[in-house]
Amino acid sequence: MTTDLVYHVAGAGLTGLALWRLATCRDALRRIMALNVLAIGIAMVLLASGFDAATGRTDPVPQAFALTGIVVLVSVTAALLALAERIGGRSND
Amino acid sequence: MTEASLIVSLPLLAAVVTAASARVARPVGLIATAANAALAILLARRVLAEGAQVTHLGGWEAPLGIAFETDGLAAVMILMAAIVGVAVAVQASDDRTPRSATDPGAFWPLWLATLGAMNALFLSADLFNLYVTFEILGLAAVGLTALTGTRRALRAAFDYLSAGLAGSLLLLLGVALAYAAAGQVDLSVVPALTESAQGRISLALIFAGLAVKAALFPLHFWMPAAHSSAAPVASALLSALVVKAAIYVALRLSLDGGIGAEPLRVAMAAAGAGAMLWGSWHALRADRLKLLVAHSTVAQVGLISLALGVAPGAADSTLWHAAVLLMLSHAFAKAAMFLAVGRIAEELGHDRISGLNREELRPGAAEFAFAVAAVSLIGLPPTAGFVGKWVLIEGLIDRDAWIWVALVFAGTVLSAAYLSRVVSRCLRGGPHVAPGARRPQWRAGDVAALGLAVSALLLGLGSALPFALLEITVT
Repeated sequence: MTTDLVYHVAGAGLTGLALWRLATCRDALRRIMALNVLAIGIAMVLLASGFDAATGRTDPVPQAFALTGIVVLVSVTAALLALAERIGGRSND
Repeated sequence: MTEASLIVSLPLLAAVVTAASARVARPVGLIATAANAALAILLARRVLAEGAQVTHLGGWEAPLGIAFETDGLAAVMILMAAIVGVAVAVQASDDRTPRSATDPGAFWPLWLATLGAMNALFLSADLFNLYVTFEILGLAAVGLTALTGTRRALRAAFDYLSAGLAGSLLLLLGVALAYAAAGQVDLSVVPALTESAQGRISLALIFAGLAVKAALFPLHFWMPAAHSSAAPVASALLSALVVKAAIYVALRLSLDGGIGAEPLRVAMAAAGAGAMLWGSWHALRADRLKLLVAHSTVAQVGLISLALGVAPGAADSTLWHAAVLLMLSHAFAKAAMFLAVGRIAEELGHDRISGLNREELRPGAAEFAFAVAAVSLIGLPPTAGFVGKWVLIEGLIDRDAWIWVALVFAGTVLSAAYLSRVVSRCLRGGPHVAPGARRPQWRAGDVAALGLAVSALLLGLGSALPFALLEITVT
């Protein structure tokens, strides 16, 4: 029960931290990092909610959700980094 | 039924083809857009004749397979996207329209991916599918924003993408909580979600994610910059269609949620009222034409959200039908407006509102299209905007909801005020126009903008058709 709760609380904590950073920070790289932390926090909540402590079994559906989330995150991070690089490259325009 | 799977796969396949070969991008893109419009009409006719359709892709039924549900609402939305798409494609096919400095073929794959993602989104019958289609739509839309390649557009695209990603992560968390609460992600579990605390939290998270994507006040911060710095064709698509996708999902959830979704609806109506005032205020103060139109989208999204918020579920259909008609009217009028603004800026060489009337240039078709679209957005008869607002206000008066009536009127007056800043400058003749002033030449963009503005007008006269379609639901 307590270990179960630890993952939930840690995931929620990461999510909250990331949202706060995202709202207060203007630096491109830090925002990208915050988005990654946000996604990991949410994935942690998902994975923790898929674990049934009473039976010791895990539900694969939240894991599939988390996996889709990670795929999306990787591609969006790549797009964001490409955009950030171009914005930086054009600073002399 | 084949139309539903075709209308999703065709644009996506065409997107791959146009991405692979820039040489054939324009003809393939035009043909695919036209074919999509034909399919949309076939789909709507089928729904009108045979009622709502459910398609199981590949013959796989739930829980393993993906189901597409085509009811009247989905058919109306697909038609809306198809019509706006045709007009935008006409403008984009004009060689002389300046688009991207780096890659002139880049528009087509992005537009077709947007179209395919939107069609899939309108047909989706489960929450997780909605999340996936939102991701495709979001990435394609960011590409459209960055199309011009200017530093301002790239910065706006960056903000748009990061806000969009945060929104979709909230959406994903909400979907996962909904799964944990109900054991399913079909849209049919939404009523059950409203009964448990966990389900209500999941719905609230989903609505928060949608609010970011719909640019609903106060989460609209990314939108004016993104919509005003993109190329005209891209702005028209982003403002008229992409924003609507999120509103459409909010409407679905609100209808399915019934009475249990009441707190969320109150929040939507309040946010909508805030958006109307905030967006109008900024539109009144905007110094550039595109910025004015973008802020007007914030205000109009607010009006639609207000109409959704006061509509009490599926049982009482008047108010949500009004909301859908306002969505259609806004899609046509706003796309027309952005295309017209693109043409005006092209002729003048700038889009400052203070410099709109120049002595050596007479107003042309683009200014006329802007004025007609403005009439529809303000809601004057006989446009679709008028019919939508009329039905909305009538429904509100029946419920003695006088505060909302007053807010809708206030929003209307404000929209008339900020749009007349532009229209009045276009109407001035006499001493402001020199006798030998030249007229701007006709371009594809003028035709597209005029066509869309006229559609918004005709939709008001023929609003019986969408109303008849909306009556058809999955039983």
